[in-house]
Amino acid sequence: MPFSFNTVSALVLRYLFLYTRHPVRFVELIFWPLVDLLVWGFLTVYLQKQGAGAFPTAITFLIGAMILWDVMFRSQQGVAISFLEDVWTRNLLNVFVAPVRTVEYVAATCVVGVLRVAFTLVILAVVAASAYQFNITSMGLALLPFLANLILFGWFLGMISTGLIMRWGQAAESLAWAVPFFIQPLAAVFYPVSVLPAWLQPIAHALPCTPVFEGMRAVLSGGGIPWGSLQSALLLNLVWGSLAATFFALNLRHVRKTGLLVKVATQ
Amino acid sequence: MQAQVPILEAVSLVKVFGESTALDGLSFAVAKGESLGLLGVNGAGKTTAMNLLLGLTTPTSGQVRMFGLDLWKHRIEILKKVNFSSAYTNLPSNLLVWQNLVVFAKLYGVRHPKERIEQLLELLDITHLRKSVTGRLSAGESTRVNLAKALLNEPELLLLDEPTASLDPDIADRVRKLLRKLQAETGLSVLYTSHNMRDIEEVCDRLIFLHGGKVLAEGTPGEVHERFNRTSLEDLFIGVARGEVAAIGIQP
Repeated sequence: MPFSFNTVSALVLRYLFLYTRHPVRFVELIFWPLVDLLVWGFLTVYLQKQGAGAFPTAITFLIGAMILWDVMFRSQQGVAISFLEDVWTRNLLNVFVAPVRTVEYVAATCVVGVLRVAFTLVILAVVAASAYQFNITSMGLALLPFLANLILFGWFLGMISTGLIMRWGQAAESLAWAVPFFIQPLAAVFYPVSVLPAWLQPIAHALPCTPVFEGMRAVLSGGGIPWGSLQSALLLNLVWGSLAATFFALNLRHVRKTGLLVKVATQ
Repeated sequence: MQAQVPILEAVSLVKVFGESTALDGLSFAVAKGESLGLLGVNGAGKTTAMNLLLGLTTPTSGQVRMFGLDLWKHRIEILKKVNFSSAYTNLPSNLLVWQNLVVFAKLYGVRHPKERIEQLLELLDITHLRKSVTGRLSAGESTRVNLAKALLNEPELLLLDEPTASLDPDIADRVRKLLRKLQAETGLSVLYTSHNMRDIEEVCDRLIFLHGGKVLAEGTPGEVHERFNRTSLEDLFIGVARGEVAAIGIQP
């Protein structure tokens, strides 16, 4: 498939200009993740004190879970919010009539997702280490495939969110924030899958992030790298990636056919 | 001698939205260096036609060919040689003018973006706006910046959707003169939609008057209004809008 890195870098540059022009946008990347970290961090400290030793230090997985969840969320936001930025600034038509392939456009939003993840992750890791003595690198080498799988799944959720916004217009823009939270209760972020009712567990096991969070708890409890979980996450991501790409492409075809693309872009 | 391939060719374009037919078999061609106006009252099909030609909407049937190539099979190749400006789209309002132009220069693969941008800023007399925030420009300045973006890749075909809408007569006149100058110097082909009859009369060599998704008339501005015994294009436009011209019937 033909692909131009120059086109992707031009689109990424446009988003970088946007962020550097408006430092207030960095607040979004710092403020909410820090609020979450403080809440989960103090909860962890409280539980450890209340437990008087009954709770092992492994309970710090709550902080780890919060940080890894944020990785997936920021990655999803990178894709969905970048699309919305073009809608909000009525720039979408300029991009769609430029020699930009759909795959290049999506790739650029994915790169923005990675940049957002990197920025927030560094801040959260530093604050978690200094305020709660939680060292994210204590997950060892497993951290890298954990992050990779969560970033991938975040991209795919972003593509699904974008497809829905294209189809339903700006009225559906809250989906850009809501989609990840639809799956959060089932994703075993803060508790194991076994806690869920039996009928919900197959759904939880169909999410690529579930084995990552289960694996993270295993590692923080002193277990080895859960290769089986990582393999499941990767395979599930392949399936979700295909579904998300198909969903996005079908929606793009639909909005081109019905004229909704122009409506969304000029609302 | 081989006939020259039209720069743009619309072949029997039909676009149906649900129960409504927005375009009903629209066919026309734009030759190299030619400026063609698309004219019509609201709902005539101008915007639908423009969206089909830009690949933003897919036709129900029919074909769009540019430079002899099918738009949907050679979209990227074609779009590198085309550009677009509309009164209804913006460049990102929070970026500086030069930032927007740099991004689009890269998107269009302009070889020497810095030089090209400077050249266009000078041509459009907006060098002083280089470091201005795009969203804070006046309508006239914004139109010229949009035009700078539309000329970045030295397009062979320029599609302009009501480019002088919301401009004062002075700026509108400058824009029209600039377009004529560019055409004379570069052989640029232009497809132009407008509600402003003066735009069409001054900029376009030929026009297509659309009504109800069909071609009501085609020819030079003078030919078209004379065919309907109207004193001017504006008079014809008003006649069509008020249903007076419909009685004459659509030309075969």
